[in-house]
Amino acid sequence: MTGYWTRLDYNSWGRTISVPHEVASPRFPDEIAGLLSDNSGHTTLPVGLRRSYGDSNLNPNERLIDMTGLDRLIEFDRSTGILRCEAGISLHQLNQILVPSGWFMPTTPGTRFVTLGGAIANDVHGKNHHSAGSIGCAVRALTLARSDGTLQPIRSGDPLFLATLGGMGLTGVIVDAEIQLSRIGSAWLENERIAFSSVGDFFKLAHESTAFEHTVAWIDCAAQGPKLGRGVFQRANWCNDGEYAAPKKGAEPSLPLDFPQWALNRHSIRVFNNFYNWMQTRGSAVRREHYQPFFYPLDSLRNWNRMYGAAGFYQYQCVIPTEAAKEAVTRLLQTISASGQGSFLAVLKTLGGKSSGGMLSFPMEGATMALDFANRGAKTLHLMAQLDVIVAQADGRLYPAKDGRMPARMFRAGYPLWREFATFKDPKIQSSFWERVSKS
Amino acid sequence: MSAKTVIILGALSGIAEATARVHAARGDRLVLVARHPERLAVLQTDLVARGASRCETIVLDLASEPAPDRRLAEMIGQAGGNLDVAYVFYGVLGDQHADERDLAAARSAMQVNFLSAAVWCLAVANVIESQNSGVLIAISSVAGDRGRQSNYIYGAAKAGLTTLVEGIAHRLAKGKARALAIRMGFVDTPMTAHVEKKGALWSKPDGIAQKLVALADRPRGVKPYLPWIWRPIMSIIRFVPPAIFHRTKL
Ligand SMILES: Cc1cc2nc3c(=O)[nH]c(=O)nc-3n(C[C@H](O)[C@H](O)[C@H](O)COP(=O)(O)OP(=O)(O)OC[C@H]3O[C@@H](n4cnc5c(N)ncnc54)[C@H](O)[C@@H]3O)c2cc1C
Repeated sequence: MTGYWTRLDYNSWGRTISVPHEVASPRFPDEIAGLLSDNSGHTTLPVGLRRSYGDSNLNPNERLIDMTGLDRLIEFDRSTGILRCEAGISLHQLNQILVPSGWFMPTTPGTRFVTLGGAIANDVHGKNHHSAGSIGCAVRALTLARSDGTLQPIRSGDPLFLATLGGMGLTGVIVDAEIQLSRIGSAWLENERIAFSSVGDFFKLAHESTAFEHTVAWIDCAAQGPKLGRGVFQRANWCNDGEYAAPKKGAEPSLPLDFPQWALNRHSIRVFNNFYNWMQTRGSAVRREHYQPFFYPLDSLRNWNRMYGAAGFYQYQCVIPTEAAKEAVTRLLQTISASGQGSFLAVLKTLGGKSSGGMLSFPMEGATMALDFANRGAKTLHLMAQLDVIVAQADGRLYPAKDGRMPARMFRAGYPLWREFATFKDPKIQSSFWERVSKS
Repeated sequence: MSAKTVIILGALSGIAEATARVHAARGDRLVLVARHPERLAVLQTDLVARGASRCETIVLDLASEPAPDRRLAEMIGQAGGNLDVAYVFYGVLGDQHADERDLAAARSAMQVNFLSAAVWCLAVANVIESQNSGVLIAISSVAGDRGRQSNYIYGAAKAGLTTLVEGIAHRLAKGKARALAIRMGFVDTPMTAHVEKKGALWSKPDGIAQKLVALADRPRGVKPYLPWIWRPIMSIIRFVPPAIFHRTKL
């Protein structure tokens, strides 16, 4: 029954593009070869849970292979934490299996509704990037299916392996992967929140907090003048109390900083202000938090991306090398707050120097900032072009997983290995993103 | 609850696998039966990793097995004793349009969906009747409730299966064993992957699997609908007079 069928409901997370695809939904590894190497003249692209925002997981009017049906464990050694599983399994499913046995993903993005294959194909980073690096650092081996009919085991360090980490599905279909998990002593974390009043203070806090495993900050994008750069810093470590149970339902209400832009009306902004002022007078607040709300604050609101309406939205995420970071982040904030566009809060985090070696991996040592923009057409695109100038001047780059618009020159400047990468690309695999940035 | 012995006939379908996972997560003993050895092996390692206390696989073409009763006895022996739950999951959707002209294909679809499934159900009935315990769950379809031009070959076979299992339930009623024919609505699985643009009536197999296992634990009804929304829908569809019904394209 596995073949390609026309579907209209395959969008990316930002929903700015709505196009038909022919989609195959295999459930078994033995089906992949046939889907990749038929002689129809079509191109195809593996996709996961479609949590990438822009067009890196789209192949309009062509084909997609939906990998979510390949979601099985192959081997899980509970004593060493080495896990091999099929690439379509979600981190949601994995967490449910791993956490009770005292293991966790080596790193996790801000949503658990991503597949392992998708996470590897974007070499994702999490709140522990400064200590653990990106997910690619913990991948030991992959099985890659290519359109020439091969199904190859590839090991960490192989050139094809390094092309595939962050390779956006273009080097072949990741069928399964073997990763090294991290030990956890609890399903809970001790999370400390500290208010800061400037970009400089953020960097000072980040510098002082390198001993914490997880750090991240929310920064107020609407603040101007002397308030510019204020925000809330979070730093956390896993508890060690052997408590792996989930919290009771409906435990604590979230703070408004956990919500996306559409949820932030004047009322919740006032709540944020009060919270911020309260934190400033108190110094800091420590609380014990279950891993789920800590890592995945947005996941409690399913399909929040639809709230932006039919036009959809963009996310803008850049990384700036350390030396230029403070100045560039300040300029980005000035530009955004002056524009009156953009979400109320942005995420700001320092990234560490540990690299997976992925040729197109996004993370590099420095600071990364991410925020959402409702799609208001030319006005929004113009603002993002202004931000591009600041990022490019600081030798920074943009995250393809979040992008649906960066110009080819911006991609090439940010990812100088792109030409070498192109030699590993599978000729029958294509995405809108690649089409856009690789054409000269 | 102590671990149960669960036999799944047609273990490779999306709903069957989702159901096997629910059983695995609570440590039940599984016997998976299907045609494809490599795929069965893939399921086996996964289900053990997810917590199944045992998982046997049996490679078998269920639709053409000449001696289901003997094979079933072997499976139960392999699983180590008593049969707690047997699911009959397998079936083919067929191609209604093509099968109207290709009568051999129509015959083989009905052979799989009705004749072979019915015989396996009878074999299970004999076992659970003599144990005076255990549950037979046969997956039927709302397509059997009324013949419709778009899928009546499939529907007729499922109607037959529903009636057969209804009869088994009647036969078992005086004892403790139970039989249910589940009248399933549309479920989003590979069998239906080609149906364009899924509407609100499509269910995810995980939700269905949870409900199936709940029914296996506490059997209620004889031919329940899953999801429940199909009960009112089908009662309307059944009562539409032919003069009107024949003007629809359903
Ligand atoms: C709320 C939210 C928070 C996020 N937070 C973070 C974060 O903190 N850090 C971060 O790094 N990212 C973050 N992301 C982005 C997300 O982690 C990535 O986009 C991730 O790749 C999505 O995985 P997916 O399974 O949805 O893949 P898709 O979006 O479906 O695909 C992503 C890419 O992977 C490829 N791919 C998918 N499966 C395979 C496969 N089996 N073999 C080969 N290629 C494959 C696709 O071709 C595509 O190029 C966030 C996204 C959201 C919506």
